[in-house]
Amino acid sequence: MEPFLGALGEGFLWLMGLIGLNADLMSRYGLRFLDGVWVTLQLVGLSIVFGAVLALPLAIARVEGGKVLSRAAFTYSYFFRGTPLLAQTFLIYYGAGQFREQLTDIGLWWFFRDAFNCAVFTFTLNTAAYQSEILRGGIQTLPAGQMEAAQALGLSRVLAYRKIILPQAIAVGLRPLGNELVLMIKASAIASVITVYDLMGVTRLAFSRSYDMEVYLWAAVLYLVMVEIVRRVWNVLERRLNRHLLVSR
Amino acid sequence: MLNLLELLSFGPNGWGDEILQGALLTIELALVTLPVGIAIGLAVAVAKDSRSRALRAVGDLYTTVFRGLPELLTLFIVYYGGQMLLTRLAGYVVEGAHIEVNQFVAGVVALGLVLGAFSSEVLLAAIRAVPKGQKEAASALGLSGWNTFRLVTFPQLWRVALPGLSNNWMVLLKDTSLVSVIAISDLMRQTSIAVGVTKQPFFFYLVACLIYLVFSGLSSVVFSALENRASRGFKRVGGH
Repeated sequence: MEPFLGALGEGFLWLMGLIGLNADLMSRYGLRFLDGVWVTLQLVGLSIVFGAVLALPLAIARVEGGKVLSRAAFTYSYFFRGTPLLAQTFLIYYGAGQFREQLTDIGLWWFFRDAFNCAVFTFTLNTAAYQSEILRGGIQTLPAGQMEAAQALGLSRVLAYRKIILPQAIAVGLRPLGNELVLMIKASAIASVITVYDLMGVTRLAFSRSYDMEVYLWAAVLYLVMVEIVRRVWNVLERRLNRHLLVSR
Repeated sequence: MLNLLELLSFGPNGWGDEILQGALLTIELALVTLPVGIAIGLAVAVAKDSRSRALRAVGDLYTTVFRGLPELLTLFIVYYGGQMLLTRLAGYVVEGAHIEVNQFVAGVVALGLVLGAFSSEVLLAAIRAVPKGQKEAASALGLSGWNTFRLVTFPQLWRVALPGLSNNWMVLLKDTSLVSVIAISDLMRQTSIAVGVTKQPFFFYLVACLIYLVFSGLSSVVFSALENRASRGFKRVGGH
């Protein structure tokens, strides 16, 4: 892994040398890029957290809900996993504009007026669908005996979920959840299409003014660094949380 | 409601035909990208499985870069970067030459690069799932290298790779929507044009979403048929 990262850096420098690093551009847009990174992190952080909050009831509805509830949860996740995030974002951002009066009446227009809020809202709904699938998969890999044993010990269903089922389901789903986080970082670039100045938005702005390809390469490096950091942190986290499952290695 | 449905009619007053054209272009784009992406993926998988350390490093680098970059960014880099690079190269040959990159080609290249990165992981796992003894047995029977691949390795590799590739295809289908940003008249772009004229964003984007859902529904039917066919020589747990 280490020599490989070195190669990554060297390749980048080689590319920079090939094009000729533009110091002027860096001084003009450097700070803006950092702002862009911050906006991207906010988009991803908020969506992932709210998405997780929403994913929990959805996953439980899939497993425990009756016919109606589990169907509804399935339809929800089928819709959000089967359609492009770009279409969902447009649906909510432009769709909200269409229902401006109604939204003003129920006092929600201030929220949907802002492109950033719409992006967070859409990403939350989207990632909730994916996270609920991961969580459901995790719950369903557990043997039925886990719940039966919990009930034999006199635990209520809620308590059994909290103390026994969910911790194990999350341990199973930890790796796919990490992948989902990485996918969200990448997908957040879509917010730039609805005028959010995230990293991608700043990059497009800088390119439209300078016509210098270098800005895209900066963005590429920044995204790769973010994704790589998440991957590494997640590996450590996974090792730590699942240490009781690690066989001698 | 009736008015909304009228907007979807075919002909000069409705947007049905325009949207259908867009939908066909989306399918076309995905179908053209598929072999490109799988070919790249196979090459990268072979590189990552090779004995040469340099080749393995190149394969890993490729996967890390194109799996880590947002698809939108890859698309812009290929589209604008390709344009600038080709113009510069052409400038050496003919003074002041300018080359326009066709958006469709840029879309195919960008999506193909991304699909290559994701499918290489799937294909690598599939290559490794075929035991070495199979190849040895094939050469003991006197099969040539190509015939070994065609008759022995590939059918087994294919069975293992299909579920992963089916996943890759679903992601590709959705990613095609991004090319609308560089003005390809795909489903998403045609829908946006219809929205611009009719001012009915919610309805039209919902229709577009439903069309994507139909596409992925159809795809999963095709893929499960393919999977059944590929594993017809295998007895599964639980019968069938």
